[in-house]
Amino acid sequence: MSKREITLSINGKTHTGAIEPRVSLLDFLRDEVGLTGTHVGCEHGVCGACSILLDDVPIRSCLMLAVQADGHAVTTVEGLSNQDGSPGALQDAFQDAHGMQCGYCTPGMLISAQALLADNPDPSVDEIKDAIGGNLCRCTGYVQIIESIQLAASRLREAGQ
Amino acid sequence: MNQKTGDNLRYVAHKRRVREDRRFVTGKGKFVQDVALPETKHAAVLPSPYPRARILAIDTTAAEALEGVAMVLTGQQMAADCNPIRLGLKLPEVKWYPLAVEMARYAGEWVAIVVADNAYIAEDALELIQVDYEPLAPIIDPEQAFAETDLFVHPGHGSNVLYHGNFLWGDVDGDFATADDSLTFRARWGRSSTVPIETFGALARWDEGTEILDIWASIQMPNFVELLANTLGYPLNSIRLHQDVDVGGSYGVKRGIKQSVLVGYLSRKLRVPVRLIEDRLVNMAGGDAHGPDRIFDTDVAFNSDGIIKSLKIRALDDAGAYPGRAPFQLAKPISAIVGPYTINSVKYEAISVATNKTGQVPVRGFGQAPTNYMIEMAVDTVARHLNLDRLEIRRRNLIPSDAFPYQIPSGSNYDSGDYHTVLQKGLDLARYDELLQRRDRARAEGRLAGIGIATCLEPGGGNNIFEYLMDPTAEITTFMEACEVKVDPQGKITGMMGTTTSGQGHETLFATILGEELEFDPDLIRIVHADSLSALPTRSPVASRMAIMLGGAATGAAGKIKDRAMAIAAFNLDLPVEDLEYSGGTISDRNDPSRKLTWAEICFIAYRAYHKLPPGMEPGFHAQYVFQVPGGGQLPDAQNRVQIYPCFSFQAHVPYVEIDPGTGKVSVLDYAIAHDCGTVINPDIVRGMVIGGLAHGIGAALYEKFSYDGEGQFLSATFADYLMPSVHEIPDVKDVEHCTPSPLTSHGQKGSGEGGYLGAPAAIASAVNDALHPLGLSITELPMRMSEIEALINNGPG
Amino acid sequence: MAREDATGVSVKAAKFDYILAESVEEVVATLDRGDGEAIVIAGGQSLMPMLAMRLATPAMVIDINNIAHLSGIDVRADEAVIMACTRQATALASPQVQARLPLLAKAISYVGHQQTRNRGTVGGSLSHADPASEIPLAALTMDARVSLASASGTRQVALADFFLGPMMSARADNEILLSVHFPLGSNDTRMGTAFHEVSERKGDFAVVAAAAQIQLDANGLCSKAALAIGGVDGVPRRITGLEARLLGSRIDQDKIRAALPEIANAITPGDDQHASAAYRRRVAGVLAERALLEAVAEAEQ
Repeated sequence: MSKREITLSINGKTHTGAIEPRVSLLDFLRDEVGLTGTHVGCEHGVCGACSILLDDVPIRSCLMLAVQADGHAVTTVEGLSNQDGSPGALQDAFQDAHGMQCGYCTPGMLISAQALLADNPDPSVDEIKDAIGGNLCRCTGYVQIIESIQLAASRLREAGQ
Repeated sequence: MNQKTGDNLRYVAHKRRVREDRRFVTGKGKFVQDVALPETKHAAVLPSPYPRARILAIDTTAAEALEGVAMVLTGQQMAADCNPIRLGLKLPEVKWYPLAVEMARYAGEWVAIVVADNAYIAEDALELIQVDYEPLAPIIDPEQAFAETDLFVHPGHGSNVLYHGNFLWGDVDGDFATADDSLTFRARWGRSSTVPIETFGALARWDEGTEILDIWASIQMPNFVELLANTLGYPLNSIRLHQDVDVGGSYGVKRGIKQSVLVGYLSRKLRVPVRLIEDRLVNMAGGDAHGPDRIFDTDVAFNSDGIIKSLKIRALDDAGAYPGRAPFQLAKPISAIVGPYTINSVKYEAISVATNKTGQVPVRGFGQAPTNYMIEMAVDTVARHLNLDRLEIRRRNLIPSDAFPYQIPSGSNYDSGDYHTVLQKGLDLARYDELLQRRDRARAEGRLAGIGIATCLEPGGGNNIFEYLMDPTAEITTFMEACEVKVDPQGKITGMMGTTTSGQGHETLFATILGEELEFDPDLIRIVHADSLSALPTRSPVASRMAIMLGGAATGAAGKIKDRAMAIAAFNLDLPVEDLEYSGGTISDRNDPSRKLTWAEICFIAYRAYHKLPPGMEPGFHAQYVFQVPGGGQLPDAQNRVQIYPCFSFQAHVPYVEIDPGTGKVSVLDYAIAHDCGTVINPDIVRGMVIGGLAHGIGAALYEKFSYDGEGQFLSATFADYLMPSVHEIPDVKDVEHCTPSPLTSHGQKGSGEGGYLGAPAAIASAVNDALHPLGLSITELPMRMSEIEALINNGPG
Repeated sequence: MAREDATGVSVKAAKFDYILAESVEEVVATLDRGDGEAIVIAGGQSLMPMLAMRLATPAMVIDINNIAHLSGIDVRADEAVIMACTRQATALASPQVQARLPLLAKAISYVGHQQTRNRGTVGGSLSHADPASEIPLAALTMDARVSLASASGTRQVALADFFLGPMMSARADNEILLSVHFPLGSNDTRMGTAFHEVSERKGDFAVVAAAAQIQLDANGLCSKAALAIGGVDGVPRRITGLEARLLGSRIDQDKIRAALPEIANAITPGDDQHASAAYRRRVAGVLAERALLEAVAEAEQ
């Protein structure tokens, strides 16, 4: 049951760490790497607060062992910011439409939205709902989150033109 | 009050970014779990598997022997070193300790705690603790708890009744005797709560050098540090709560007193920082964060024209094993006991009982949501009985706009309102006539469709006098809020608030009002959260109060800053203050604007040029303001009539639902809401809280329930079993504002954090019952789960 | 005290050893040595919560995600094969699955959420054998078989014989589920499928679910009928009595309603906090009728 050495890319940087096999990717990111933007909500795969991108695909980091991420690329909410740490386009849209309140589910929402917009620059409301259907938010009632994603999509489309 | 409202406002009521959002979108929020201190140890708790059991012995030796375990503590050991946690009511024989002592009183109650190098090892150690229990028959049903004569949750208390009070306002018997008719109904509000996505967590560090206990906690609770100090037996000034921690949602429930007592105690004992982050299962079962669980039996007297004359209400509330401040949730509703209606008299019997369930804490609305659900059900029930349109009966009973301030039988003066207009705005937004056609078309096609209509009042900014109504020894007549404002030598402004924030955007609120009053860009104003040793008296963001109370304090402090600047200018320009004009920090002679003092000059004088300060003025440039609740501060009169809350916001909800008759599944397809909370400080924040509260209310109406089986086992510990609505369950809400300023507040603002939740359960119940009406059916228990609706449709009532 | 009794004790897994297997041979050899204490992890969407809550406490976790040939979809002349480690999202997005295994695609659209489907696997869902889960229900309706491998060889088991009870299957502790095999009819048969489910929230496990697959002959008579109900028993249940009554007939609502009482004979639903047994019994009939009508309508197109 000794620790395993793993090497993975996190937000574009290579990290090497030694970890017990039983440790979740969520705990690894927070406690070993110190990236606390990814949040702990339920640790049984329902709330989506721990969502990250694994090789650009959104998954729940509580439902994966850290050792399983060996050799893979992880993106957390911190990786959505610009190089200088300022908010990226999606993050800006969430600010402008106030797509949050307490901010706890926000990283997971952003990750789900990021994955959606990467595949679908002009999502319908139903497509947005499907993308964030696995992310629970207690504060907002979701309306301003949907509006934030719509705002981001329209800005990204304009910027792309 | 010299009130600035409407068109005169430069920043208030304008759409502006919410300053807190930047740290959240970049993953830089600082939640308690993100606070990392060297050498921190991690705690995990062992819950009782039984709802009621004698703890005969606990063997911790194997757990203590596990490598990486620093300590295992049992309830007996903890109780030897602390006082019971003070309850809201004086119930000396209801002893609440952080860990169960001798007896476990609900399934999930904590009986021991492990401290270890990490959370994994702590949980390994939990498996090694051996507890010898003697299971006993539990008390689960609140009616049984009330009637019970010899089976008690707290045997020393000699009863399961924690509170039993009777109130009478007005001539109820007379009104019932003269009314044309009356009817009786029962309504039940199920056990649910706010269930923030962040659980409760606390981190403590005892500093031997300063002899201060530092606490970081996801707390939203008045008097938290006092309670902590009392329980630990420490002087109040030896505890420092760090209030710059972001709280991941609360809506009332983040009150982890036992959690904080434990980590505080353990960190001093072990001389290392100790943290306890509840996991989801522990939070749901043993975090003592359940909400009201209430049965109403109501008699309503009315005339044949639908005018409601009087109510007799009996409310029986199940507080669970440890009541905390739960019984007071029966008292807040007194402030709006007739809702927005001209009901003439009320009899109110309020009962709080203990059962072997998880403890109840204040939840969004502090007991007003269940009561509003009952009041709206009374109106709908009378309408149905009289075959009167549900809108028409409301129009006949709503308080008219020319009647404000309006005093209700229990003594509240409603400050302002325009209920008919707001209701009409809601109907217009819903396109009510088209909605009726849509419903009727759906019905013609064989579907079950219904429109909900509900209104609600949101009392805001209370003065805590409800406590006195339940306990006349508690002469508490203020619930103040304070702030400090500092202008630095550069002229930059910093506001210091004294509480945590949990999603309500208080920093934005505070900066916006300071900017408005001092005529500076709010984005350039810094807001910080003082720790509890530095903070001025505050009472935390409960009771829809911060816009009213922090807004009032900010306005007051800004006024003092301005007064000081004016005094400095008057002295240096040798003019009376009346001749001076303040504009964006520059103060000039009204008659000769070329004679002026700039903000930089004023700041220089304040900090550096004592010789230019008016004689007797202290150097420096800051102001403090402690704001008392407006319109309050009195004890109740002989009839128990009193003003508890100064401000009353109003909402009208119009949802549209369809029910699948084969499965009982309710789909909320549309939702219109009109809301009036006076002047809106930040439109995005208010809109978010209104819609978020509404979504929370849909959860309480249809999905969310802490379930127990007949043996008292808790069934809802996971997010797969406690059903918080996802985006799929919430419709595309349409909302519209209305503004009836409060005459009592700095800018006409009122509270807005609770209203959505106060109205939505009633509105959804109204819609579901409208859909069931053609079948002659109705449902009166929340949540209205699909299995129960289906059973009603396919089995008939009873 | 039996710790299983405790409410909410754990969210952090107990200790285990871990290997990232490179081949099926390595997996089955390790399982064999494991003596029931080794467990395979694929997508982990069911296993991870069980590990976290310590409902599963294996000594060894064998990760099969790196065995490339355990992923993939292969449509052959008479069967479609989905390898066990194929992600649910991959199967859902597959044009081959949509065209040739439409019932499976319809079922997967009800499974969890994007984030869980991106990781969860088809084989893992079958192996987990949750009686309320969608993929087992659809696969059972489709007469699928699973291939199981152990150190002593490979065998195929029909799903009708595979599910034994809640989270229990015919897969032995030393076996790994390799692939699932769906028989394919000829392309010209008129087939219709439907999947209906009721859950309180979208994406939750079904309270009740019904899957139907109907084939019609050239005259519009039912040449093959399959109906299964989930969430109403310890295993997903085929309703063979009802299927027999539809076979050879022209299916309409009256026919279906006349056959629905067969469901009650085939299921033994239980009570829980989400629904009563009586609810499950009634709603099984409601969803079965809807699924059959929709499947027939689709077949008739």
